[in-house]
Amino acid sequence: MKIGIPKEVHAGERRVATTPEVAGQLIKKLGFEVAIQSGAGVAANFGDSAYAEAGVTVVGDAKAIWDNSDIILKVRAPEFNPELKSEEVDLLHENQILITFLWPAQNPDLLKKLSEKKVTALAMDSIPRISRAQKMDALSSMANIAGYRAVVEAAQHFGRFFTGQITAAGKIPPAKVMVIGAGVAGLSAIGAANSMGAIVRAFDTRPEVKEQVESMDAEFLELEFEEEGSGTGGYAKVMSKEFIEAEMALFAEQAKEVDIIITTALIPGKPAPELILEDMVKSMKDGSVIVDLAAEQGGNCKLTQAGQVVQVHGVSIIGYTDLPSRLPTQSSQLYGTNLRHLLTDMCPEKDGKVVVNFEDEVVRGATVVKNGEITWPPPEPKLSAAPPKPAEEPASELVVETEEKPSWLGPAISLGIGGLALFGLGAVAPASFMAHFTVFVLACFVGYMVIWNVSPALHTPLMSVTNAISSIIIIGALLQISSGEKIIMWLAGLAVLITAINIAGGFAVTRRMLEMFRK
Amino acid sequence: MNPGIVTVSYIGATILFILALGGLSNQETARRGNMYGIIGMFIALAATIAGVTGNIGILIGGLLIGGSVGLVLAKRVQMTEMPELVAILHSLVGLAAVLVGFANFMDPVSHHTGIELTIHDIETYLGILIGAVTFSGSIIAFGKLSGKITGNPMLIPGRHWLNLGLLLITIYVCKMFVDQSAAGHGEGLIPLLIMTGIALLFGIHMVMAIGGADMPVVVSMLNSYSGWAAAATGFMLSNDLLIVTGALVGSSGAILSYIMCRAMNRKFLSVIAGGFGTTSGSSAAAAEGEQGEVVALDPHEVAQLLNDSKEIMIIPGYGMAVAQAQHIVYEITKALRAKKINVRFGIHPVAGRMPGHMNVLLAEARVPYDIVYEMDEINDDFPNIDVSIVIGANDIVNPSAQTDPNSPIAGMPVLECWKGQTTIVLKRSMATGYAGVQNPLFFKENTRMLFGDAGKSLDAVFKSL
Repeated sequence: MKIGIPKEVHAGERRVATTPEVAGQLIKKLGFEVAIQSGAGVAANFGDSAYAEAGVTVVGDAKAIWDNSDIILKVRAPEFNPELKSEEVDLLHENQILITFLWPAQNPDLLKKLSEKKVTALAMDSIPRISRAQKMDALSSMANIAGYRAVVEAAQHFGRFFTGQITAAGKIPPAKVMVIGAGVAGLSAIGAANSMGAIVRAFDTRPEVKEQVESMDAEFLELEFEEEGSGTGGYAKVMSKEFIEAEMALFAEQAKEVDIIITTALIPGKPAPELILEDMVKSMKDGSVIVDLAAEQGGNCKLTQAGQVVQVHGVSIIGYTDLPSRLPTQSSQLYGTNLRHLLTDMCPEKDGKVVVNFEDEVVRGATVVKNGEITWPPPEPKLSAAPPKPAEEPASELVVETEEKPSWLGPAISLGIGGLALFGLGAVAPASFMAHFTVFVLACFVGYMVIWNVSPALHTPLMSVTNAISSIIIIGALLQISSGEKIIMWLAGLAVLITAINIAGGFAVTRRMLEMFRK
Repeated sequence: MNPGIVTVSYIGATILFILALGGLSNQETARRGNMYGIIGMFIALAATIAGVTGNIGILIGGLLIGGSVGLVLAKRVQMTEMPELVAILHSLVGLAAVLVGFANFMDPVSHHTGIELTIHDIETYLGILIGAVTFSGSIIAFGKLSGKITGNPMLIPGRHWLNLGLLLITIYVCKMFVDQSAAGHGEGLIPLLIMTGIALLFGIHMVMAIGGADMPVVVSMLNSYSGWAAAATGFMLSNDLLIVTGALVGSSGAILSYIMCRAMNRKFLSVIAGGFGTTSGSSAAAAEGEQGEVVALDPHEVAQLLNDSKEIMIIPGYGMAVAQAQHIVYEITKALRAKKINVRFGIHPVAGRMPGHMNVLLAEARVPYDIVYEMDEINDDFPNIDVSIVIGANDIVNPSAQTDPNSPIAGMPVLECWKGQTTIVLKRSMATGYAGVQNPLFFKENTRMLFGDAGKSLDAVFKSL
């Protein structure tokens, strides 16, 4: 099948859906034919000649790409193409497959148009977040880049070093960075800011990311508040009012102290939560920087203006929405690789033929339109990153109960048999025996009571001491040794000898062991 | 000597023995407990010896020679050889019970008649029987523990029937013995000898069939038997001190065996029936194909890993005993604790070859016992542990006990070290543990292997710290 890559038409978009390296693998390993619009990769520093070397057909005309390809790979969702003076959706034709970022939840009209064109469309942003699909997770790739770039942008607008230094010209304090939202972008920002030498703190509503934050050597800011913030699929959910108040208080306090705030708080399908209020911005030091990665969804900071850098109250607020595009080479490479992994998944025979297999959870999740039929939203993914906790506990309790119920019958039977046996013994045995027997049974119980709580560390000394004590059998030998019969005397003498070994050895070795136990 | 004074001495000795056992159940009082035992034994001996009328020379000679042999043994024994020593000492108690039983049987000064004679005969018979089983069983256990006999269970086909047959024969011979004994005094030696032979064979057969992994149970079970043998002898001699002491030892051994069995989540009967580790060899073999790769480290990398962590758990097993590595383990522990790294020890109840084996070894190396924890105390802590070091242990850290219902060790509580950040396993090779089960722990992503003799590997680690 033919894969076509048109040039991105969105103003300022520098990314391209494939790199020469990825295209080469699509051709060689999967058997596709690949064509690219001339100049599509120039903004990402991939020239036409590099593509040509990798075996890609470079086509001058965008229309030809749209017309002759079976699969279209793009970065941005289809929009108006000023060059061809036509909507990109209208350039599609029946049975074509479009793979790109689509944001189906935000673009219902686009979905309808795609279905009218009877195409198949896969949204890279809808790939389910399961372990197997990590290599195709373009959202993570882009978030990683955005987080890194956010720090770079902050550094550019920040008038000081990130790292602290003691120089001949005086002491430089390190910059303090607060990252709100420790998702992929947040963690990436933490890593970048850290490696530049800043002191990094991070906050997230999901307590389980604390470990990840700390593993990046940042400080995790905690609220004195119990609420689980994990939603499904590894995203955060909306929090209660009390929680948000506590959170805001924490931010207000931090705002006075930190130099740079990077916010990445997003809740799927909802406008971004407003976390940095005008008061907080006012309280920040002059020259501070806020980078708002949620600018496109309304911004975490009240004063953010999407796509722009604004100066308010002496603070630079960066609201760029195209951070990945500002590192075009890197993002094209990662995005292209994500696409290649998806195509590998869809092309099991490696014969250049793509199958849209709905049995495949990844493909099912990503496909929003199949042959003109809207298939979005997909059914819930089976596996979530965090398994549901409450379901487990009742189950284990149940097991315990069922195990214990039938077990009282066994002891009852053995008690009954034991009782009968004792009764029978009492019926025939003489009184002298029964006296000894009483002593015996009582001693068994005393042994049981005394030993039951023994600390496991003392099992060995206990055994050696009981061993020494059981040599009390020497008494028997002593009672017999005075016998006139030679054989009895010798038997008893031998018994005395070996039990003496046991007594001395047992007590001495116990003593030796116990000497070693110390606090 | 006045019988009243003897009785009082016996009561005193009994109380002291109970105090001894009670004292031994706690670290603080253990030493005092041992002292009580010694005093009790001394009182009992003194009271009895005072009643001895002849052959004092043999008595003194036996006591002196035996006592000095015992002391020398106790001094010389390596702490790692403790299980062997305990086993061989058990055999002595068994042998003594047999000897005393025979001597009593031959004693002409008998005054029993009628039902009393029958009961006395049965008591004698039982005393010798239990003594003989303890004796031969302990000898085999000693052989297995010291490696002179293979640790694998020896399974004779139809062994349960064989045991049942032996039991029936013993009962029949018992009846023969009682009848002959009733007929005239001094008769019945032959049935008694036959029974002794059968009991010896039974003891051998019983312990031979038990796998090496069950040795802690066997050792404590034999401990229990030696107590019952003493109790039976006490019945035979109508001596309450023997009965009480025997019962104390017998029940304490039984409880220890029960605790061990519970730690392995196995039924006492199935341990005794033997054959552990052979029954489901096929399922273990089938699972081996899909195990995956192991990641090996060198000692230097291990040292770095240890230096970079905050919480370390050391899980020793029999391999530490074999390699005599407890001292270097403690050297490493001290070095790490000096760096404010929290090093603790997690002990599985059946680690080693004898109940409490690991505690004794660590105590020998002077590891303070308040950093040594039992499985139940620390198993929930593993998610907070940065590095777990498994030294020569295998089955006690095998996750398939929880995950694989077909595993021979399914349901056995295990130390969940794989829940920590990293697990380092010290092992000589990729061989399976005593249970003969492959261990998926070795193939887990967060597991690293350090191959070689534990002592030498740890030496190298210590040098790189």
